[in-house]
Amino acid sequence: MYIEQAPAPAKGVIPARWWMPVAVVTACAAILLGVMVGPAGPEWWRVPLVLLDRLPLVSIDSGVTPREWIIIWEIRMPRVVLAALVGSTLALSGASYQGVFRNPLVDPYLLGVAAGAGLGATVVFTLNRAGTSSWIIDPLPLSAFLGGLAAVVLTYFVGTAFGGRRSSATLVLAGVAVTALATAVQTFVLQRNTDVIRQVYSWILGRLSTASWGDVRLVIPYVVLSTVTLLIHRRLLDVMRVGEDEATALGTSVDRVRIIVVIAATLGTSAVVAVSGLIGFVGIIVPHAVRLLAGASYRTIIPLSIFAGAAFLVLADIPGRILQNPSETPIGVVTAFFGAPFFLLLLRTRQANR
Amino acid sequence: MTSLAFDRVSVRYGDRHALDGFTDTVKPGEWLCLIGPNGAGKSSLLRSVAGVVKHAGEIRVDGTSLRFRSAKRRAQLIAYVPQTPVLPDDMSVREYVVLGRNPFIAHFGQETKHDWDIVDDVLERLDLVEFGHRHLATLSGGERQRVVIARAIAQEAPILLLDEPTSALDIGHQQQALELVDKLRREHGLTVVSAMHDLTLAGLYSDRLCLLHQGYRVATGTAVEVLRPETLAEFYGVSARVHHEPDGTVVVIPYRAGDVGERH
Repeated sequence: MYIEQAPAPAKGVIPARWWMPVAVVTACAAILLGVMVGPAGPEWWRVPLVLLDRLPLVSIDSGVTPREWIIIWEIRMPRVVLAALVGSTLALSGASYQGVFRNPLVDPYLLGVAAGAGLGATVVFTLNRAGTSSWIIDPLPLSAFLGGLAAVVLTYFVGTAFGGRRSSATLVLAGVAVTALATAVQTFVLQRNTDVIRQVYSWILGRLSTASWGDVRLVIPYVVLSTVTLLIHRRLLDVMRVGEDEATALGTSVDRVRIIVVIAATLGTSAVVAVSGLIGFVGIIVPHAVRLLAGASYRTIIPLSIFAGAAFLVLADIPGRILQNPSETPIGVVTAFFGAPFFLLLLRTRQANR
Repeated sequence: MTSLAFDRVSVRYGDRHALDGFTDTVKPGEWLCLIGPNGAGKSSLLRSVAGVVKHAGEIRVDGTSLRFRSAKRRAQLIAYVPQTPVLPDDMSVREYVVLGRNPFIAHFGQETKHDWDIVDDVLERLDLVEFGHRHLATLSGGERQRVVIARAIAQEAPILLLDEPTSALDIGHQQQALELVDKLRREHGLTVVSAMHDLTLAGLYSDRLCLLHQGYRVATGTAVEVLRPETLAEFYGVSARVHHEPDGTVVVIPYRAGDVGERH
């Protein structure tokens, strides 16, 4: 006999413990698909074979020429890996900002981080980019990080100084203002240095198309550091959900958590913005999609966002490569074009289920 | 069992003194109830113990000043139920109650099986097992109050602070919640400090009352000693009769001016 004592717990289509494997498999499948598809190169079905062939102890005759192998390994692979790193970092940072500011509306773009990082990167371009090539540490991500950090700190203080307690609306408005300011300064700097305008604008529109293993190597230390830091703070982000006072009473050093999480998320965002340009929408849409599907706990959202973000951006990069061949559709256009309707659909179905 | 001592504790918000020179000692296992009109400093006193607001003076737990305790250690000693707890709509009851284990988990750590066992045990004792996977938004007022108390109990702290634990509840749920606190207090030897508006309930459940007015402690003692018509008139500005039941319960009954004189 079945007696319903209480309304059924919030259940999704898939049991909670399955979400992580689903996300990992999706991300791997997206990466494989990303390597298989492209305007030039071998037939798509040869790509998995040649990848298997490269594994130790495996030998398959894939029929891929050395030239085609170079297309796969030196052109497609770094681009796909970079897209995965950028997507996962933007999604993870977005989720972390939402948690630490207790505001579902914020993302790296709304807080001004991306614009600040863009300004930081622009400054490096204008101050003799060629001269930095011999430096041991590339100043581009660092400068982007300082710009992004300055922007988020400014947003936070402006947003809280006038809003009293951390109000959602004032924080977002402050982010909009800081973004406008950073963009204005960037435009001013560019006007005075017209020789680098082309370089900077092609960078702003997204540089995934020219990605090389060098770009991957450049961001990977920052991405790993940021990801690990945010991942180990996922439980504390759940504690922060009950607000500053109660989190304090529960023994959490709220300010310390906030500072560490903001710095880590900003570091990751700035580093990927420095190599990929400004790609909007990922940081807000992916965490929300994860939240709607798999629940609101940051213990779930944070790890899932990493894989969901990677899968989303790798997939979003594919149409851009083949739609307008030989020219390319900027990836930011694709993320918005596919992301917005998907997000609305999610919101609708979710509300219908309530 | 743990004692809680206050030595000239003051709380200020800007220029305003919310609490001024409060001195008292709550004995181990005692239930002290703070009463007083709105703005008397009850919440400020509780918030200063919980570490949510800064205070001057000393607050000592078993003789050691809280100044020398980390936030984590303080939370291991003191569980705090705020007046209006933040209950995230889409958080499940188990996820919420396990937050009480936060003081025992390292900064970078995650909950262990032991923590979840404690949560399940608390849910069982508070008759909340069937609610475990419900979202907080779906709970009624009485259920929410029990869930918040469950979180405080999961904290396993020897001192329990309750700020208006029953103000949002109907009379039946008020009694249930306070009976629950009293039962837990006896089982675990908790020291309880609560702020309450209902004077009759305050007298009924606590060992001692402490009357605050404009940040000052103006009276303390048993219900019979503190709840007197002239005291209530002076500090609450209320016209009330105080009725002593045969079992010792002190009942405060407000009356309208018309009952004794002309109606306005």
